[in-house]
Amino acid sequence: MAKVKLSEKKLDELKEVCKSFNNDKGELINVLHKAQSIFGYLPAELQEIIAKELHTSAAHVYGVVTFYSFFTMTPNGQHPISICLGTACYVRGAEKVLEEFKRTLNIQVGETTPDGKFSLSCLRCVGACGLAPVVLVGEKVYGRVSPDGVKDIVAEYNN
Amino acid sequence: MNKVKLIIDGKTAEVPENTTLLKAAKTIGIDIPTLCFFELKDMNIENRPGGCRICVVEVKGRRNLAPACNTLVAEGMEVYTHNIRVLNARRTVLELILSDHPAECLTCAKSGSCELQSMAQQLGVRELPYQGEQSKYRKDTSPAIIRDIDKCIMCRRCEMMCNDVQTVGALSAVNRGFMAVVAPAFEMNLEKSPCTYCGQCVSVCPTGALTEVDHSGNVINSLAEPAKTVVVQTAPAVRAALGEEFGLAPGTLVTGKMVAALRRLGFDYVFDTDFAADLTIMEEGAELLDRLTRYLKGDKDVKLPILTSCCPSWVNFFEHYFPEMRDIPSTAKSPQQMFGPIAKEYFGKKLGIDRRNMIVVSIMPCLAKKYECQRDEFKVDGDPDVNYSLSTRELAQLIKQANIDFNSLPEENFDNPLGESTGAAVLFGNTGGVIEAACRTAYELYTGKKLENVVFEELRGMEKIRHATIDFNGIPINIGIAHGLGNARKLLEDIQEGKSQFHAIEIMACPGGCIGGGGQPYHHGRSEILKQRAAAIYREDAAKSIRKSHENPFIIELYNEFLDKPLGKKSHHFLHTHYFDKSAGAFIDE
Repeated sequence: MAKVKLSEKKLDELKEVCKSFNNDKGELINVLHKAQSIFGYLPAELQEIIAKELHTSAAHVYGVVTFYSFFTMTPNGQHPISICLGTACYVRGAEKVLEEFKRTLNIQVGETTPDGKFSLSCLRCVGACGLAPVVLVGEKVYGRVSPDGVKDIVAEYNN
Repeated sequence: MNKVKLIIDGKTAEVPENTTLLKAAKTIGIDIPTLCFFELKDMNIENRPGGCRICVVEVKGRRNLAPACNTLVAEGMEVYTHNIRVLNARRTVLELILSDHPAECLTCAKSGSCELQSMAQQLGVRELPYQGEQSKYRKDTSPAIIRDIDKCIMCRRCEMMCNDVQTVGALSAVNRGFMAVVAPAFEMNLEKSPCTYCGQCVSVCPTGALTEVDHSGNVINSLAEPAKTVVVQTAPAVRAALGEEFGLAPGTLVTGKMVAALRRLGFDYVFDTDFAADLTIMEEGAELLDRLTRYLKGDKDVKLPILTSCCPSWVNFFEHYFPEMRDIPSTAKSPQQMFGPIAKEYFGKKLGIDRRNMIVVSIMPCLAKKYECQRDEFKVDGDPDVNYSLSTRELAQLIKQANIDFNSLPEENFDNPLGESTGAAVLFGNTGGVIEAACRTAYELYTGKKLENVVFEELRGMEKIRHATIDFNGIPINIGIAHGLGNARKLLEDIQEGKSQFHAIEIMACPGGCIGGGGQPYHHGRSEILKQRAAAIYREDAAKSIRKSHENPFIIELYNEFLDKPLGKKSHHFLHTHYFDKSAGAFIDE
């Protein structure tokens, strides 16, 4: 693992967040939520800083981060891909679409491609059930996606 | 406090409210089996995550069985601790735990002392009905402790010890479900974590998931090499606990038998770490007096309080967590590490033995000593001053392996010159003992008067943090004592905030001091064992004819022949050390 350089500006922001929670270790989960929204993910370096700020151990912070599936230690790709697995999308074959994305990108859910371009996640209902199954790439919505359409979507961002 | 009446197995119990069913049952002689539950009474150490479910009982009117360790009593409760429903559930729970546990009892280091094994015996498990995938994890070997997580049953005792009691924070439960393990941050190896190797996790682990690194094989090999002179030193706390491994009552002193056993194992010289403890008092006491005298003369630069430095786990702790205070502890090496160079550079040279042909083995109640003797600053051209450090448990194992009938051994004496010691030295095994020994010597050297009563009652006891003021001929000397690293942390934080004014502080990492060390026979939470060991140490002191370190004739001879004087040039070279800043996060360079 190479050491990750964290932006000073973001770190200042994080320290303000910790301060706003009185540097109380009981607020660890709230601080982790804010930290993940600032940095996009929770690398080990960041967890050590949070541990220091909240006067707790890095082992404890890591324990919480690895317990809750919402928290992630891998940065999102440049183009984060989310597949809706809500009821409507699911019954219309979202799972097959997800499998096709995994195969095409050669990553699992929660992972990022080695070139940092794509990451894969699942979500529950984006309120566009009429377009099921739905896939989001960044902010852009793709409707009625079939497994065959996956490679075209990926190709759109690969140039 | 309000009393609550309830019925357990048809018998009436009356206990204060907020009592757990487990403890209520105990008051009327009913023992409910437990596995994850752990306590050290009188020390406020308790682990009851309610996770294992072995202690389930039936509570009339409740749909589900209740964990006795975590359920509070209520007025009129009717409880059944061993009806058929409870027994079946308890057995199923155990069978499920065993379904994810390697059946390696024959070769497991914990076999015979394993609480999971004895639970399977107690419940009469004769087959393993649940077979399936088992969780696998890499084995992690540090300089002192081995983590074999496949044997972990997630009782969380180690986590409680490491975080709540010791405040070291090296271990935490990480991941979830089937993947859950207890691990250091980012699942790095223990060696890269802030672990101090106090070994308290090992001393409470119910299974073989946490054990010490076994060096007894190296020792056997050294003993078999004709060219090597093998010298052994034994720490004070070992003699007060080793007998337990041979069925003797806790608190039995086995000093003489231990010496006899070591001789039969083939050690060329059986010496005593107590000798080095006397030496430590000479150096640390001189340092204390030097700082005190300068302080009383108005020297503003003098660093007070002086902190003891005998405990290697405590040294690791302040290097990790209080590096900015690292110029405050005494620079005196621990007795183990003072013994090394004296054996190799003084005793060995006298006999004409090259240091590389001398193997120094230490028998310690401690696991951090294994790490300490591997530290680079305690080596000369790669040759360690102390080659191997064995725990009390490993010594017992060696004795058993060698077919020695320990209990029928005669009482023998240590060899001279490094086997002679005073009552002050043996006190090093107990919390408060190092400072009591230091006071005996410092008082006489400072006041020039003879100490009428060598016992300092005010420094003894099991209180977590103790304060006492000793009168040095009209000058009040404030002493602080802490055992357990969490208590040490509190004491240090008070000093940093200027809340307390001490001249000298003794810190030992383990509850009770070295007698409760991570390398001692397993006490399984019976705190009376620690008290019995402590009493044995005080008995050994009382039985000694010389009870002050500076009166040890061989110590006087050592200074006359070799060292010159405490804090002198030679002493400084052989008997003092320096400390490092280890506070940096260390996770990344894999």
